[in-house]
Amino acid sequence: MSNSQSSGWGSRVGLVLAMAGNAVGLGNFLRFPAQAIENGGGAFIIPYLVCFLLMGLPLLFVEWSMGRYGGKFKQHSTPFIFDSMGQAPYWKYFGVFGLFTNIAVAAFYCYLESWALSWAYYSVAGTFTDMSMAEVQLFFENYIGLGTSQPVIFWIICLFLNTWILSRGLSGGVEKVAKVGMPLLLLFGLILGITGITMQASPEAGGPIHDGVVGLNYLWNPDFSSIWSFDVWVAAAGQIFFTLSLGMGSIHCYASYLNAKDDVALNAMSAGWMNEFVEVVLGSMIIIPISIGYLGIDAVSDMVSGGSGLGIGFAVLPKLFADWGGFGVMAGLMWFGLLFFAGITSSLAMGTPVMAFLKDNFGWKESTGAWFFGLIILLLGIPCVLSQDAFNEFDYWAGTISLVVFALIEIILFAWVFGLADNYSEWRKSDDVLPFKAMKRLPAWKEITRGADINVPIIFKFIIKYVSPIFLLIVFIGAIPGIIDNATKETSFYGWLARFLLLTLFILISFLVYIAAKRNKNSKLY
Amino acid sequence: METKALVLVTVVWVSVTLITGYFFYKVLTIPSKSEPDSFSDNDEE
Repeated sequence: MSNSQSSGWGSRVGLVLAMAGNAVGLGNFLRFPAQAIENGGGAFIIPYLVCFLLMGLPLLFVEWSMGRYGGKFKQHSTPFIFDSMGQAPYWKYFGVFGLFTNIAVAAFYCYLESWALSWAYYSVAGTFTDMSMAEVQLFFENYIGLGTSQPVIFWIICLFLNTWILSRGLSGGVEKVAKVGMPLLLLFGLILGITGITMQASPEAGGPIHDGVVGLNYLWNPDFSSIWSFDVWVAAAGQIFFTLSLGMGSIHCYASYLNAKDDVALNAMSAGWMNEFVEVVLGSMIIIPISIGYLGIDAVSDMVSGGSGLGIGFAVLPKLFADWGGFGVMAGLMWFGLLFFAGITSSLAMGTPVMAFLKDNFGWKESTGAWFFGLIILLLGIPCVLSQDAFNEFDYWAGTISLVVFALIEIILFAWVFGLADNYSEWRKSDDVLPFKAMKRLPAWKEITRGADINVPIIFKFIIKYVSPIFLLIVFIGAIPGIIDNATKETSFYGWLARFLLLTLFILISFLVYIAAKRNKNSKLY
Repeated sequence: METKALVLVTVVWVSVTLITGYFFYKVLTIPSKSEPDSFSDNDEE
């Protein structure tokens, strides 16, 4: 390969598909439609797209640019990407969030991912064929309640698969999975979506009681009064966060393997919009139209209350697919296959920053880092597998709050500390080849536009500097009552264990960053 | 379907699909930058 790094991307398409795969997750198919129904139906798309434009896209530009910038200094994880951008020594400790979140989220996310893997297997094996709806639901409850050893077996298989792919490196593992997984995901999604919305009612033959468009109408029928609700905007902002995998540190890591002159603007746009296509188009064509077609509106609206479609996805659809005869087996395989591809392309992205951190700062081989990551995920995942309380603690602190805090910090660092130049001529002046130290002070806007294959509208400069930070601050302030409630509420032994493990994890990573900083200083890396 | 739902879903789906297709098409068709670039597939042996 041509750049100085020993690891990198094979092709641009591979990078964009891997980034899109990082963003596309189970939530695109399960969470988005449930959130839309809970928050005004079709009208939810208005705050959702506004949040995408004012917070999602700007943060994508920021994270891609920060990553590519850090790559110049051969740093591919956020602690030392932050260190290369901020002048003060404490910035690297804020970057700890970019490792902490990935490890903690992967700990419970791989378990969810293993459900999709096992359900794909059960669909092919015909496990659901002769079950009633109640029996499928009981099977699901028994599974997540660890009534059998199979959840653990599938979880270990899933962990092994993730770790093995990671150990093959970026172009040899992650990129290959994205190049196969993303096209298959799109294909499966289209087939299931078209089947869902063209479904015809045939109750007399034991088929659906409604056409597929009834569910589509229910999902998209707008209640415009909802857009004046603050809660709806918070829900939209939250959905944008989760769906784009913002505030995690994985985007930084992927982008850090780009050359300094390579485009980030078009790549970020393409990966971001691909995620939106999967979520807004494919995500609204499957679970709601199919489940309403068979169960009716009242039953489905009860199931999605709380904003999650997990129950429909795992406990209802398998039975409905089983009623489709021969195609049902294929449909089950496609549905759980696409959920698995959505999951694994995201969990792989969570492993790469950890491997990169260990390689950049401690000289570990990528494969060693990958197996170490697998071991940590195994250990941290045990309480999440054993207890819903532990799962919820990991999900809330690492999968929700940590993202918002990290995103707020990174946009302040990028826009205000690293600095957006005040005017056009100022950033034009800095277009020379600058010496190493001065390179650190390059304006942030230039980082976004350097090598860009599209014109980034200048309005984004204003949005990144003012609008997005204010937006994030509002989201964070809005989350404070929930933080206080969650921090003070009583929980079970496993809940407390999860809190202890999360705190310990954060402290341990901070300590590793401290040691790495000392080593880097000694080796005059900076 | 109710008209407002039909209009909304059509406008959103068509817009999102076209924008996604446009950007991905650009990714596929914009010529590679001169070497050295970040990607190993186009490296000379």
